[in-house]
Amino acid sequence: MVGSPEGQADLILRRTVRFLDERSGSAPLLLKALRYLFPDHWSFLLGEVALYAFIVLVGTGVYLTLFFEPSLAKTVYQGAYAPLHGVQMSDAYKSAVDLSFEVKAGLLMRQTHHWAADVFVVAIVIHLMRVFFTGAFRRPRELTYLIGLLMLFITFLEGYLGYSMVDDLLSGMGLAIGYSVAMAIPVIGANLALLIWGAPFPGDPAFESRMYVAHVFILPIVIGLMIGLHLALVALRHHTQFRGGRQSERILVGVPSFPGQTPRSLGLMLAVSSILFLLGGLVQINPIWLWGPYEVGMSTNGAQPDWYLGWLIGGMRLVPHFDVTIGDYTIVPNPFWGGALFPLVVLVVLAAWPWAERRLTGDYRLHNLLDRPRDAPLRTGLGAGFLSWVFLVFISGSADRMTVLFGLPYEHLLKAFTVAVLVVPFFAFLVVWRSCVELGRTDVVEHEREAAEAEARAAEA
Amino acid sequence: MRRFLNWVIGLAVLIGTLGRRRRRREPEEERIVPPGSASPRAEAVVILLLLTAAACAIAFIVVYAMDGLTDQTQLLGLTLGLSLGSLAAALIVFARRLIVTEEIAEEYPEPAHPDDQDALVEVVRESGDRLTRKRLLGTAAGAAGGALGLALLTPVASLGPALETGTFYRTPWVPGRRLVDDKGRPLSADDIEISDFYTAYPEGADPDQVPAPVVVVRLAPSQLELPPERSRWAPEGILAYSKICTHAGCAISLYRSPLFDPVQPGPALVCPCHYSTFNPASGGAVVFGPAGRPLPQLPLTIDPRRELRAGGNFSGPVGPSWWGVRKGKPT
Repeated sequence: MVGSPEGQADLILRRTVRFLDERSGSAPLLLKALRYLFPDHWSFLLGEVALYAFIVLVGTGVYLTLFFEPSLAKTVYQGAYAPLHGVQMSDAYKSAVDLSFEVKAGLLMRQTHHWAADVFVVAIVIHLMRVFFTGAFRRPRELTYLIGLLMLFITFLEGYLGYSMVDDLLSGMGLAIGYSVAMAIPVIGANLALLIWGAPFPGDPAFESRMYVAHVFILPIVIGLMIGLHLALVALRHHTQFRGGRQSERILVGVPSFPGQTPRSLGLMLAVSSILFLLGGLVQINPIWLWGPYEVGMSTNGAQPDWYLGWLIGGMRLVPHFDVTIGDYTIVPNPFWGGALFPLVVLVVLAAWPWAERRLTGDYRLHNLLDRPRDAPLRTGLGAGFLSWVFLVFISGSADRMTVLFGLPYEHLLKAFTVAVLVVPFFAFLVVWRSCVELGRTDVVEHEREAAEAEARAAEA
Repeated sequence: MRRFLNWVIGLAVLIGTLGRRRRRREPEEERIVPPGSASPRAEAVVILLLLTAAACAIAFIVVYAMDGLTDQTQLLGLTLGLSLGSLAAALIVFARRLIVTEEIAEEYPEPAHPDDQDALVEVVRESGDRLTRKRLLGTAAGAAGGALGLALLTPVASLGPALETGTFYRTPWVPGRRLVDDKGRPLSADDIEISDFYTAYPEGADPDQVPAPVVVVRLAPSQLELPPERSRWAPEGILAYSKICTHAGCAISLYRSPLFDPVQPGPALVCPCHYSTFNPASGGAVVFGPAGRPLPQLPLTIDPRRELRAGGNFSGPVGPSWWGVRKGKPT
């Protein structure tokens, strides 16, 4: 045995384990980690997809920082992209165009980074829906839920800064809107905007450095720490699971992390990276050279932000034209409602939900078993209504695109959306709540029938 | 002889099987990971996928090294994506076919540890036994922490002139300042056509600030519905408005100019960000969209050389609104 290659490998493994254990005392911990159980359900992989997109983001992002110059100093373009020759632009924009055209693999990395950001947020949002509609946020996992939720909102900011610091025309328009929302915050808005931008819009040249350090250093670290805390809390309380044969509130059934789960997770990680790099190489995203550099007096028609900010554009478009005023003094400017209050309401409602649900249902118990959506008609109904509300606001952010695509007048579309946003959530709630109740009744009937059949079979035997 | 050979072979087989059986059984009894059957076919598939991944990765390096490829980005993405994808497929086949998928049941961790909780509380409580004036100490510590925190935050004030909101009212427009285009050429009244749309900047000022850019349009003087005090602001029907939307600060880059007045809505300046729509005929009033304030108008004059000059400052504050801004305050 000892002479064979298998025996050799065995010996090396044994020695490595002994070396590690004697120096760190970690053998019991490692054994526990290797045999940590993962319940098996496809929807539990959504959070992992987000995690792997984050890893791709960090990797491609570090690469991009090696070429991007976060400076608003003006320069005249003479690079590889002929249509921009002779155009005055910032170093930031020029370096972003250059890394797309003159750095080998630069465009691949930039596009993959952008795709990964979009996929990252999609994965978090769908993961949040899964967690919400299965009641995974309930005691003892409220903290895990809250951290995840905050992370999602920090991610919005992180993504926004990422495409804003490129200083192309779309960036500038997005920043103008962000600046206006900051200005619109009651009492402190104007002071806050001056503090962040360093001067009235477009701000101090140092504003570019502020965005840059936030995007590549502060926020990624915050997000990374929050991911760590989120995963640690998941592991400490173990996973939730769906009801099944042996599963119960006390007994967890799953596949151990080694050998069962490890190749699956690694496979998923590689699959996510594969799709992101294929998208980055084959599907164009944010062709900044077409937008041109930003100037305060310029804008483009049909501009759409990255998808995860569409709900804020929609919110800002739907609010009818009024400022809160006293005499001719403006008190609350209009962008506040759609750009600041609306996302704040969404955040607060989602953050408060675990506690609100406890008060509503009186269910203060610990839960390791997940609900199917039909098992909690109230939660599912309210969740569907809320989701339809946010979704309709999101869609109305693209109303101008519908005008272009279908030739419907924008004014009429916006009125239709305003009505829909106010009415549809109620119907969504009623329909979904009712469906859940009915499905629940069917379950009871089926359960009774099965029980009766089993009894009959027993009586026959 | 033949019989003897048979015996030898039989014995050898017996010993072989016995030996093998013993070797196999021993670990079986104390296994942690349960055994499973071999699957040479799956192994072959995994090896093939791994080799594909390696080949694609090498292709990536080759594509990278080539110069003058027109579709280099696409090929780089394709080769790297396929390499990662093959590796992913290899791992998934490996997970499904070559290792045992155990379904293990175990208890959830203890929901709480009441004894340890009690001990924690006790440790903290007993550690403070020697203190006699706890509340005073607490207040003093709070004061120290709060003041120090505040002191450390104070340098944040250097980020911007947070209290100088008066700067929002500052504009480069003074009476007599010429309007120039983006190349610095003066705008002549004769060049301004009806149903066209021009962007102008103050001569000699930084064009890249919110109050600088204005839009210039010409309407038939009979169409104008300006307030009486602005009756002389639009010589020959030429009007100038701030180009920056009063809603969210985007530049107004759409001009709706009716081609057939009787059935089409009137002329309008439209912001492409949230579709705030302003009426240039009536002094920039909001006719649609979320903007809360009219578009500030710049009074114009035409000098003897027919060039456009500012006749004064804007009719109101330029750009997005803030707490306390006056709707109509002349700047």
